[in-house]
Amino acid sequence: MDLKRNVAGMKPGETGVISGFSDDTLSAKLLEMGFLPGTAVRFNFSAPFGDPVCVSVSGYDLSLRLEEASTIVILS
Amino acid sequence: MDGNRKKIALVGKPNSGKSSLFNQLTGLNQKIGNFPGITVDKRTGITLLANREQAEIIDLPGIYSLYPRTLDEKIVAEIFADQKGEHFPDCVALVADATNLKNCMLLLTQLMDLKLPVVLVLNMMDLAAKSGQSIDIQGLSASLDLPVVMINARKGEGIQELKKVLSGSVVPSRKSVFQIGDEIKPLVRKIKEKFTLTTDYEAYHFLQQTESLHFLSREDRDYIEREAKAVNFFPHKYQGAETIMRYGFIQDLLNKVILKTSDPEWNKFSYRIDKVLTHKVWGYLIFFSVLFLIFQSIFAWAQVPMDFIDSSFAKLSNFLDQSFPDGPLFDLITQGIIPGIGGILIFIPQIAILFACISILEESGYMARVVFLMDKIMRKFGLNGKSVVPLISGLACAIPAIMATRTIENWKERLITIFVTPFMSCSARLPVFTILVALIIPENKLFGFFNYQGLVLMSLYLLGFIAAILSALVMKFLLKTKEKSYLIMEMPTYRRPKWANVGYTVVEKTKAFVFEAGKIILAISVILWVLASYGPGDKMQQAEEVVRFQSSQRQISEQELEAQISSTRLEHSYAGIMGKTLEPVIRPLGYDWKIGIALVTSFAAREVFVSTIATIYSLGSTDDEQTIKGRLKSEINPETGGPRYTRAVGFSLLVFYTLAMQCMSTLAIVKRETKGWTWPLIQLGYMTVLAYLSAFAIFQIMS
Repeated sequence: MDLKRNVAGMKPGETGVISGFSDDTLSAKLLEMGFLPGTAVRFNFSAPFGDPVCVSVSGYDLSLRLEEASTIVILS
Repeated sequence: MDGNRKKIALVGKPNSGKSSLFNQLTGLNQKIGNFPGITVDKRTGITLLANREQAEIIDLPGIYSLYPRTLDEKIVAEIFADQKGEHFPDCVALVADATNLKNCMLLLTQLMDLKLPVVLVLNMMDLAAKSGQSIDIQGLSASLDLPVVMINARKGEGIQELKKVLSGSVVPSRKSVFQIGDEIKPLVRKIKEKFTLTTDYEAYHFLQQTESLHFLSREDRDYIEREAKAVNFFPHKYQGAETIMRYGFIQDLLNKVILKTSDPEWNKFSYRIDKVLTHKVWGYLIFFSVLFLIFQSIFAWAQVPMDFIDSSFAKLSNFLDQSFPDGPLFDLITQGIIPGIGGILIFIPQIAILFACISILEESGYMARVVFLMDKIMRKFGLNGKSVVPLISGLACAIPAIMATRTIENWKERLITIFVTPFMSCSARLPVFTILVALIIPENKLFGFFNYQGLVLMSLYLLGFIAAILSALVMKFLLKTKEKSYLIMEMPTYRRPKWANVGYTVVEKTKAFVFEAGKIILAISVILWVLASYGPGDKMQQAEEVVRFQSSQRQISEQELEAQISSTRLEHSYAGIMGKTLEPVIRPLGYDWKIGIALVTSFAAREVFVSTIATIYSLGSTDDEQTIKGRLKSEINPETGGPRYTRAVGFSLLVFYTLAMQCMSTLAIVKRETKGWTWPLIQLGYMTVLAYLSAFAIFQIMS
């Protein structure tokens, strides 16, 4: 089964390793912000109504919309 | 002035302490201008370097990389790509957050590849140390081949060392980080030669962001695009590869120079606060309490200084009136210009308090949480979480609020935010609301403690907000865009606001308001004075004589005669004629020609309503609210024989002023921000029609 997990599907407190991106346009921006393949990403908490979410990556905290988070593919 | 002053640009990501450093370097020696053609604040200031040499410091908008997404970022990218441009700096100080070096280094390596002379300024070293991290500064400096300076921008430590480095000659690093791929190298060389550029990387940027480099001519841009297409060059794909290559270099370097890696739990404190502040119940509750507090402080604390300014100007005007001889020039000064300036200055307390509040929220890191909290809800209405900031600022003044929309990356969301922000009840509506509410609503209390007048005032603010949100919703469905919307935003750790920064923001923004909006308000006051003081031919003179003649038959006091004369003169002035022309159109809303004059004059700036009404009902000055109120109360509607200002007329006016555009300065700023007259005109038309129809409905239902 080829079901890739992404950041949007993570639970609060969970940590994963970024393996790639599913959106080319967005990936350029995400890479710049420190979402690098091989780096650890931690899902901190989500806003009320579940969107956006707050994650830690490359040593700082960022907020992302679920839609954006879902383009970041992880290994966990 | 020395034309050869060294130009030093401050760059860095948002929240890196760039503004604190700028304030430390320049003190009050700073000014805000605009970059030509667009309203992105250009903060410049003068500093004295170590060798007593003066240098110009330019504070550029916060960016993460040279690939721009927002308007702010585009400016910076353009400045660095245009090495022949007037803003191109002699030297760059890159301010980096030492607690998160990795993230600041991307931009640094890009600047290095442009062969710019860069000084790396490490800020927040104290926080880095607290988190158990130490940095090998010498190793860092040697590996990068550029000077590194440590500072604490909040406390002002290390500024002298930085000045010393900046006063020497800073040379570009000899190190290059990014290797341009062999397959596009020939093309890069070709562009470099054609445009006589100094570095390959500069040429590479010409290729990467052809469209946003406005200093290139259309032909040049077309040329580059053709060439790029010929070798299958896709900007996004290459950008990703470049970023990965850069981070590879950065990671290797940091592994060498950071001696102890940070404890990932160091900002646990922030998370604990976030648990409460972004909670689904407490989060919103706290947010609305904060808003309520801001409101309270605006209205409670601003009252005293506002009254003081108001009465001072009335006194000044009176004093000058009595000490100067009569004559058109002196009348212009005492009745046109001085009240005009007073009308600008009176808003200073409210605007200053609002900006202080907003700046504290931003400095402390709370604003990012508000954006986080509101994004989902705002998106339903075609807005962005970041729209919250302009909408709140709109409560003070739409001008800075519309300028604050620049942080919204998505054009559609930004446009909608700009479009609906003027519905938020700004401080200029307040004087109009205050006087009309006091006139038509009794001072009773509901359940003994809810003041009726306060409730009506609050519902007017609510009405503005609802109009904004619903209009946004309509636009969401009308506007089509292919551009993707996103919200990738840093959540800064909470920290205590630095009061000096809050102070600078307040001073700068208030100054900008006084000069930007002030010019227009002043001009309008003068024009209004002329329109109300002069009329065609000698009609005014004749009318005055008729009054004098009639009154000589009856016994009336000197004062009453004066009042009747000025009222009659106004009726026959240009302003009076305009009001009468307008009367048939506004009659269905319950207004007469006198209110028509006020509508005409407040078309350009709504706060002029009160002073116009005061003039029309022939009062000397507007400083005594009780008198205006009393006079308005006793004004009779000749058709009904009852009072002119019935509850229906009052509400109709209130609704009209809540929804109508009536602000020339806002239109001007919207024109600048949207680069054309299309949007401001649509906005003006839409708001006026909405205001007219709503006022019409209210009046017809109530009467």
